[in-house]
Amino acid sequence: MEAIETLAQQEYKEGWVTDIEMETAPPGLNEDIIRFISAKKNEPAFLLEWRLKAYRHWLTMKEPNWQYMAYPPVDYQDIVYYAAPKNTPQYNSLDEVDPELLETYDKLGIPLEEQKVLAGVAVDAVFDSVSVHTTFKDKLAELSIIFCSFSEAAQEHPDLVEKYLGTVVPYRDNFFATLNSAVFSDGSFCYIPPGVRCPMELSTYFRINTAGTGQFERTLIIADEGSYVSYLEGCTAPMRDENQLHAAVVELVALKDAQIKYSTVQNWYPGNEEGKGGVYNFVTKRGACKGENSKISWTQVETGSAITWKYPSVILQGDHSIGEFYSVALTRNKQVADTGTKMIHVGKNSRSTVVSKGISAGNGQNVYRGRIQVLKKADGARNYTQCDSMLIGDRCGAHTFPYIDVGNNSASVEHEASTARISEDQLFYCKTRGISTEDAISMIINGFCKEVFQELPMEFAVEAKKLLGISLEGSVG
Amino acid sequence: MALLEIKDLRGGIKDQDIINGIDLTVDRGEVHAIMGPNGSGKSTLGKILAGHEEYEETGGTVRFQDKDLFELTPEERANEGMFLAFQYPVEIPGVSNAYFLRAAMNERLKYRGEPEISAGAFRRLLNEKMKQVDMDPELARRPVNEDFSGGEKKRNEIFHMAVLEPTLSILDETDSGLDIDAMRIVAHGINQQRTADNAMIVITHYQRLLDYVVPDYVHVMYQGRIVKSGRKELAFELEEKGYEWIREEVEAAG
Ligand SMILES: Nc1ncnc2c1ncn2[C@@H]1O[C@H](COP(=O)(O)OP(=O)(O)OP(=O)(O)O)[C@@H](O)[C@H]1O
Ligand SMILES: [Mg+2]
Repeated sequence: MEAIETLAQQEYKEGWVTDIEMETAPPGLNEDIIRFISAKKNEPAFLLEWRLKAYRHWLTMKEPNWQYMAYPPVDYQDIVYYAAPKNTPQYNSLDEVDPELLETYDKLGIPLEEQKVLAGVAVDAVFDSVSVHTTFKDKLAELSIIFCSFSEAAQEHPDLVEKYLGTVVPYRDNFFATLNSAVFSDGSFCYIPPGVRCPMELSTYFRINTAGTGQFERTLIIADEGSYVSYLEGCTAPMRDENQLHAAVVELVALKDAQIKYSTVQNWYPGNEEGKGGVYNFVTKRGACKGENSKISWTQVETGSAITWKYPSVILQGDHSIGEFYSVALTRNKQVADTGTKMIHVGKNSRSTVVSKGISAGNGQNVYRGRIQVLKKADGARNYTQCDSMLIGDRCGAHTFPYIDVGNNSASVEHEASTARISEDQLFYCKTRGISTEDAISMIINGFCKEVFQELPMEFAVEAKKLLGISLEGSVG
Repeated sequence: MALLEIKDLRGGIKDQDIINGIDLTVDRGEVHAIMGPNGSGKSTLGKILAGHEEYEETGGTVRFQDKDLFELTPEERANEGMFLAFQYPVEIPGVSNAYFLRAAMNERLKYRGEPEISAGAFRRLLNEKMKQVDMDPELARRPVNEDFSGGEKKRNEIFHMAVLEPTLSILDETDSGLDIDAMRIVAHGINQQRTADNAMIVITHYQRLLDYVVPDYVHVMYQGRIVKSGRKELAFELEEKGYEWIREEVEAAG
């Protein structure tokens, strides 16, 4: 198993550490800090009230203590809750940037101009992100699509924010979501008007901007009746962050006949071989299929972070609504991914599909935790869950906790699970055909993840494949 | 220079030799059959030659195409032109047979400093080779060996061999588990690939295969050694008499 060991020990292709000048609040959390954040952002009164309610509730809550999620205690009074980044370039040319980082960008196929922005190099006027931003916005404005930062939305579209904020993830939801509700920094807001099909994948253009997003992101997407939107979050480029704790909240609302497709690639710094310094990624993502025939799909590729705690879920309120969850989670070294989904069937004939692929290498631990809940009135509800684990080496682990809770006799719930190990015999077979261990593993892994990758937008899928390859790459030879 | 030259090879698993001194020279254009009772070390010899990590050589030398074989990694050996058809082919779920072969093909081309094969050219090659070994095109689309029947797996090994056109093929009991028709088809596929430039080592228990794939030499392995070599007639003798007389001969000599 020597080859496999080296693979597992492969260092994270390191991100970078930016030293951005910041306009910061003092560390610590109290009502004054929250007022400060809200004032800085010029928020309407209702939002400040909402933040404060969340904060007061948070004070009464206990930090969760999950079996596979032991982490050193977080000192919440030691966190800086407000910092405005200033985007001043650090370098004059790519020559000054860490070559290893550039090599990773190349492997991922990130265009040169984007590499510059990602690495903090001054860019040419042609690729001025503001101008890209503007043409992009004009196009969306023609269709009356609103796509802006959450802060901007709070000021420009307070009615929409007030109407939908917290309707899917209430501020009392859970420890980290409540904390987020009190102190969220920024994030995206998106509203697709009735009958409009958003003509582009939202946020690909913003890859660069999202590279610098903060610790407590908040995203709200509303697809009005009969509309469609595909939204991409994150990027394959490695992301290093000084902030250990990331507690984002994403809320999706799909009204009658509307569809939201939400794709994520997460590659936060996982820490060193011992797991030191990695990001704790405690995210609350939930969508509500409020109207009949509505559909929400979550697709995620998770390769980063020291600990991931994330269960993108769908509340299937509308009759004939559809919820989907497609996930690939890769853990190695000391990484832990505790992820899964919750599908809550309320509406009649609502359907959900769950496909989870967990890959563990090194000492990595992968946990699938899922709940399928069929409420009493959900006649004819159907769920299909497939939960596959792949183990590379013999020190890693995969754990599956499917909870099924059916309150209606006409519902059908199916669960399939499998565990496979990449065996030395498979690798030898590949070698006798001239295929190296590294290529063999990435070929097997890509085959294993096919059903999830085909749900990703094309360009994202290509990057995600390369990312898995790079993540498992080792100095074999 | 011979294609493959094995001199006094010894080796096996940790702390235990299974191969106890083998000498064998294989020239281009030749087919050598290796027979011998169960557990005599035939598969182990194949694995050592192909470079399985679990097995280790502890003595002797092997030269392949005038290179020291043990200086080459398993994938280098393959890309140099060595091929092992497995007695028990391995399943690779989720990777289509065609995709797998194209990856193998491109590795080989890369190793030789040649450009990758285009999708179109590869498809044509696959079609041609599928005909040659009478392979159901459906099996090329399916994941490598996954849920293949025993016979289909064996046939797939010959299909791989046909596509990769190795210079030295080691076929480990490719005939076992095949029905009579399949055996004829596989044998035909093997024969089609015999040229003056390549060579084969055919491990088998049955004379029947050798009726179709006529060997130049037949060797008998026993307790990790080649204890008897002859021409194709030796296979008939074994078929008729079994291995008991070989054992007796070895014991009388030893
Ligand atoms: N990995 C291993 N661990 C332990 N023993 C092994 C291992 N590989 C081979 N052996 C032993 O070495 C001997 C030779 O095995 P090998 O598979 O080479 O025999 P074979 O001649 O191919 O037999 P058959 O005709 O049954 O295929 C057997 O006794 C077998 O049990
Ligand atoms: Mg054998």
